[in-house]
Amino acid sequence: MNACSTAPTLSTETDKQIDRVIEEYKDEPSPLLEILNEVQHIFGYLSDDMLIAISEKLSIPTSQVYGVATFYSLLSTRPKGKHIIRVCESAPCHVMGSESVLRAVKDELGIDLGETTPDGLFTLESTSCLGICSVGPAMMVNDRVFGNLTREKVRLILRRYAKDKEASVS
Amino acid sequence: MDGGKCRVLVCAGAGCVSSGCKAVARALSEVVRKSDLDGKVEIVQTGCIGSCDLGPVVVVESDGTFYQHVTPEDVPDIVNDHIIGGNPVERLLHRSGDTGEFEVKLSDMSFFRGQTKIALRNCGVIDPLSIDEYIARNGYEALSKVLKDMTPGQVIDAIKASGLRGRGGAGFPTGLKWMFTADAPGEPKYVVCNADEGDPGAFMDRSLLEGDPHSIIEAMIIAGYAVGSHQGLVYVRAEYPLAVERLSHAIEQAAERGFLGNDILGSGFSFNLEVRVGAGAFVCGEETALLASIEGKRGMPRPKPPFPAASGLWGKPTLINNVETFANIAPIILNGPEWFKGMGTDRSPGTKVFALAGNINNTGLVEVPMGTPLRTIIYEIGGGIPGGKGFKAAQTGGPSGGCIPAQHLDVPMDFDSLTKLGAMMGSGGLIVMDEETCMVDIAKFFLQFTQDESCGKCVPCREGTKVMLDILDRITKGEGQEGDIELLESLGKTISQTALCGLGQSAPNPVLSTIRYFRDEYEAHVRDKRCPAGVCTALASYVIEVEKCRGCGLCVKVCPVDAIHPIELQAVAGDEGRTKRKRPPYAIDASKCIKCGACVAECRFGAITR
Ligand SMILES: Cc1cc2nc3c(=O)[nH]c(=O)nc-3n(C[C@H](O)[C@H](O)[C@H](O)COP(=O)(O)O)c2cc1C
Repeated sequence: MNACSTAPTLSTETDKQIDRVIEEYKDEPSPLLEILNEVQHIFGYLSDDMLIAISEKLSIPTSQVYGVATFYSLLSTRPKGKHIIRVCESAPCHVMGSESVLRAVKDELGIDLGETTPDGLFTLESTSCLGICSVGPAMMVNDRVFGNLTREKVRLILRRYAKDKEASVS
Repeated sequence: MDGGKCRVLVCAGAGCVSSGCKAVARALSEVVRKSDLDGKVEIVQTGCIGSCDLGPVVVVESDGTFYQHVTPEDVPDIVNDHIIGGNPVERLLHRSGDTGEFEVKLSDMSFFRGQTKIALRNCGVIDPLSIDEYIARNGYEALSKVLKDMTPGQVIDAIKASGLRGRGGAGFPTGLKWMFTADAPGEPKYVVCNADEGDPGAFMDRSLLEGDPHSIIEAMIIAGYAVGSHQGLVYVRAEYPLAVERLSHAIEQAAERGFLGNDILGSGFSFNLEVRVGAGAFVCGEETALLASIEGKRGMPRPKPPFPAASGLWGKPTLINNVETFANIAPIILNGPEWFKGMGTDRSPGTKVFALAGNINNTGLVEVPMGTPLRTIIYEIGGGIPGGKGFKAAQTGGPSGGCIPAQHLDVPMDFDSLTKLGAMMGSGGLIVMDEETCMVDIAKFFLQFTQDESCGKCVPCREGTKVMLDILDRITKGEGQEGDIELLESLGKTISQTALCGLGQSAPNPVLSTIRYFRDEYEAHVRDKRCPAGVCTALASYVIEVEKCRGCGLCVKVCPVDAIHPIELQAVAGDEGRTKRKRPPYAIDASKCIKCGACVAECRFGAITR
């Protein structure tokens, strides 16, 4: 991040949206994490310019804003794919074979953990635990949780998301 | 069907949601409407019933019939045959794992029979979105009793007398913590609920928030009254969107009914509650890191003392308790501390919720009196190990805990007995492993987790776990050296003694406890370059059994390094001319094979062995 840049080059629309988020949390004593969560929710990630803008608006050092944004695994300073896949890597899922699920996702999409497909459709991540350990191995696509996965089921799910570029799969 | 209203419960816990319970609930409403049963049948979407592997689950409340693996297509039969006709639908009933006989009612099932539900009393029974259903089951009665008849000191004394210990991991006496916070100078004070539930394999806190959010809200108000706080915060991990949704909904309802806000129930006492959502960091479950995260900082722990009770959120006295701890408060107030002490063991009264997972027939949430033997949980409630395989070990306490081997199957599950075995109660994750599990691999797996989640503040945790992991990695790759096991032990002990917070202090536990009980397995990896369980891929060598191979070629397609080729037909000994194979069998070129295991997973005929 270029911490020296002073005038962020955000579009006025983006700038306004960030203002709205900050306004929403103005009565809270230390809302930084919530604001970052919310801004990421709107834009999908936190760009350098957004972080600088947030830091200036809240009068918090950019270093601190950047520090928080990079500490938490669900906050991202890089753009992500349209669909975010989080394969559960917790112990029960591991015992039930999550490795082969992860490999199936990697094979199907041709990307590794932390990467995004060239068409910008999928980002692959892992998560420590989704808390549905009884139906492992499990993964989450966006906000939807899938359990009892097999390699075949993974392929089916991903192909449905790939085909259904617009809406979510139900 | 008798005259009263027939309640049909559909489990809507996250496990059942993942297996499609929403469609079942929709189908139920539709069929009920079409059958003109509208006012007579009530469909209630409940929190987690506990038997997540059987989902979607439907319970007909009037007679307690339990239906499993229900699909929308089954729904008309449930309505027509059972609710109207009075005959249970046999194909959807549960059968006992031992005898194969039907266990029609929920209360007949061995999974539920051995349980005592206190914290989970309402989970799977009420609609978590309805405050009225909570109130109908004595909800907010404890709050009203506290505000009308008890002084803050009396509330603290009751909790102290109950012997309740924190369910978040450390088992600290809850009453004492409340007293310290009440006595600490400083204003305002805060009550925080730790709903970060990071331990992989534990999901009781999620189920409680999703299934009975009001019980947590009520307990937090009572805690606020006892310690003199007017502001509560629930810190929920971001991976639990459903819990956040239901809790937020419940808070709104409670405020509407005057259980939250100013002058609660005319007592003059005021209390407000907020939800804070994390952003994905395991270490934020540690209380000081959690508080830092609420303050909008990086979630890093700090040395204690000062404890949060003296100096917590924004430097003010802060009471921080786990979700399950709070879930026990209202019953203690209503039934009295003696009642609570009557369950469990002397030093660990009450019950504990365990999350059963891994290689076990019945997975899900079970609540049993403290001190219940592990054997009872695994074989009676859990129904034993699938596939007739042997029990090898159970991991308790997640990445901070340790394993319990077969020779200790009769250990009473309470705080102190587990600590003595080098395991830990932790938050109640209970991962069962069968004989095909490699304990070195499991230790490496847990250490990998803590290493990833180490916040990097202190050296023993940041560097020490890295070195341990490197050694384990070597061992599982067949590059272990003499002395590695001893080095792991001494590093582990040093890290336990010197790390800043509980994460680092407990990180070596899985390694130390597997060495303690399965040293021979480590030795086999190091000395013989052999993985007895056949799990460590680098130590495996893959072979295709010619007799079983049908030559379908599926394995060839998935092999990433093109190591699988057909065998020249003539080269198959004894095969010449006798059988006319259409397709030649395949063989793996060991020099190219990277032992990824993809072919094994793909083969339909079990022809590839390690
Ligand atoms: C690394 C680490 C992770 C923790 N994670 C949790 C957690 O997810 N949930 C929890 O309630 N306590 C967790 N704890 C324990 C808390 O620090 C704290 O002891 C607990 O919230 C106190 O509540 P209790 O007294 O009701 O158990 C964790 C501790 C450590 C060291």
